[in-house]
Amino acid sequence: MKRISRTLAAAAFAVAIPSLANAAEMKAEVLHWWTSGGESAAIKEIADRFKAAGGEWTDTAIAIGEQARAAGINRIVGGNPPTVMQFNTGKQFDELVSNGFLTPLTTVADANKWKDVLPKAIVEAASRGGQFYAAPVNIHGQNWVWYNIDVLKKAGVEPPKTFGDIIAAAPKLKQAGVIPFAHGAQDWQDAILFIAVLIAEGGKDVFQKVYGEGDVKAVQSPGFRKAAETYAQLRLLADEGSAGRNWNDTTSLVITGKAAMQFMGDWAKGEFVNAKMTPGKEYGCVVMPGGYVMGGDVFVFPKVSAPAQQAAQAKIAELMLAPETQIAFNTKKGSVPVRLDLDVSSMDICAQTGMKALKDPAQQVPSENYISTPDRVGAMRDVITQFWSNKAMTVDDFSARVVSALKSSS
Amino acid sequence: MPITTTSILGHRGRRNTAAALALIPAGLIVLIVYVGCMLWTIRLSFTSSRLLPHLDWVGLSQYERLFANERFLVSIKNILTFGAFSITGCLVLGFLLAVFIDQRVRGEAVFRTIFLYPYSMSFVVTGLAWQWFFNPMLGLQKLGRDLGLTDFTFNWLISQEMVIYTIVIASIWQGSGLVMCLMLAGLRGVDESLWKAARIDGVPVWRYYLSIVVPLIGPMIVTAVVLLSISVIKLYDLVVAMTRGGPGIASDVPAKFVMDHLFERNNVGLATAAATMMLVTVCAVLAPWVYARYVRAKGGRA
Repeated sequence: MKRISRTLAAAAFAVAIPSLANAAEMKAEVLHWWTSGGESAAIKEIADRFKAAGGEWTDTAIAIGEQARAAGINRIVGGNPPTVMQFNTGKQFDELVSNGFLTPLTTVADANKWKDVLPKAIVEAASRGGQFYAAPVNIHGQNWVWYNIDVLKKAGVEPPKTFGDIIAAAPKLKQAGVIPFAHGAQDWQDAILFIAVLIAEGGKDVFQKVYGEGDVKAVQSPGFRKAAETYAQLRLLADEGSAGRNWNDTTSLVITGKAAMQFMGDWAKGEFVNAKMTPGKEYGCVVMPGGYVMGGDVFVFPKVSAPAQQAAQAKIAELMLAPETQIAFNTKKGSVPVRLDLDVSSMDICAQTGMKALKDPAQQVPSENYISTPDRVGAMRDVITQFWSNKAMTVDDFSARVVSALKSSS
Repeated sequence: MPITTTSILGHRGRRNTAAALALIPAGLIVLIVYVGCMLWTIRLSFTSSRLLPHLDWVGLSQYERLFANERFLVSIKNILTFGAFSITGCLVLGFLLAVFIDQRVRGEAVFRTIFLYPYSMSFVVTGLAWQWFFNPMLGLQKLGRDLGLTDFTFNWLISQEMVIYTIVIASIWQGSGLVMCLMLAGLRGVDESLWKAARIDGVPVWRYYLSIVVPLIGPMIVTAVVLLSISVIKLYDLVVAMTRGGPGIASDVPAKFVMDHLFERNNVGLATAAATMMLVTVCAVLAPWVYARYVRAKGGRA
């Protein structure tokens, strides 16, 4: 009798231990496209905190946003989803939600009061039908210009405040033997530059009408025309190596002093941080006029069946918006925290400039991804990248192609 | 008469049953996967599918949008240029390399390995390496300028008109090894006595190869063309690795157009329309050849 009861007790114990271990087990495979030095350091902040909480983090980093998103979408639709997947804030994951592939984050969002601490535009971009489907982690400004202070001083050029300043300063910088305005001619880079020029020269309403509503009359407006002409002048400053160059290779040209300035979103700041440079001392940052174009990244959580993965999803969603993680992650990433209730005095002056701009609703401009479908974003990118690379294309030609791109996309 | 396989299928009945049974799995795969998926793709090209298939009917509107899409038209032009130059280049270079090795040079195995080695590399690695080579700031142009030729320019990679030829060069580099092996196999099958007879008759070497050998290795050439054509249609990773379709859209190809629209652009309808057009083109090219080879030949024999 004693033996049986002891055996039974041992058996019960043996069954209980693994299930106890299972209850604490959290396994996550995270798919993202942060492969540059600064970006990897940033996501490591989240990974380390998850590991400290007892989770197992498998990193699936795929270079280039489009390739990563294509691979991830393919996997989700094919039935082998990653536990967590990155998207840009906006409409990119619309159809995944409408076809029921993603887990709603209502429990975590309500428990941590996301609706109260996030800006309204972010809440709308991350929710569908009133429920959160994505965990926003940052706000990236897309229309910054980064410049090397030493290079500008040696050439006797003032830091630029408008795109006109950049064009005017180019001859002096060329004489000084540096690339005046370094740009990497990839379609998304050409597009964010054009959008920045558009809101600077034409105003953010023109941008909203063209991208958000596909309004053909806005394309023929004088504001749009002026923006296209400024863009046409900027493309003449491109150096020979700019075709297809990755954004972080272009940033390293500015870091090493071979180029004077680069137009890029504030994810470029991560590279400067990684190179141990300080804003205001070795490099400077300025938001181009017209508004603060808000991009950003979110993480979605595909529906999974394994309890270890589901537990991991809840933990990671909660972690990503925790105040301490937000500061640590965004300091390395170069973006600003997505929560408005944090003390950002520990972040550098570029981040402080960004936060100040964000506090003014009139300065907030949604990025192309918030207001257009991937189809329209893509169609516009095709046209804009042609305009940049083909220096013989006239402004009229460009406007006609934009009209046909708007008409054929939806 | 008892019903046996012999009575139903004739004297070769038993052997044919076994053969037929063995072929059933392959037959099912061809039917379901190849033909079935082809029909599914064609069906989707008549819908307004975005990210996921949605079986409505929009007629030819996707095709209208396709042929008004400048990027697609550029990609068709590119694939035709690429195909013509790449296949011709691989055939010519492969043949010359095979002739060179066929001369019984010393160290033949070494040369064979060296020439075949590029074929074992993935397109991505090939594309990346050639991109660095063609990059004006890093590669050939910089080398020329460092050597003292200060005006030396070789900026095909960033030129709208010439970028497709850089991809042709990378593809010839990779594909000629395979063609060389096929041709070498054919050359080895050519009778030694023909060569001796040609020498006695005083036929110059180049004439010998051109008029006597080439017709003899005809089947090898056809095989090589088929294999090369397959990789021409599939051209995607080399373009992505070398130029990402740039500068602008100048080096776009149909496979890249389809892939981009299938996933990133959330536009399955347009992507399947483009894929159907690729299928139609391949069929249009193959149909006369299939007719000449199989239908007409069969008719002649009967």
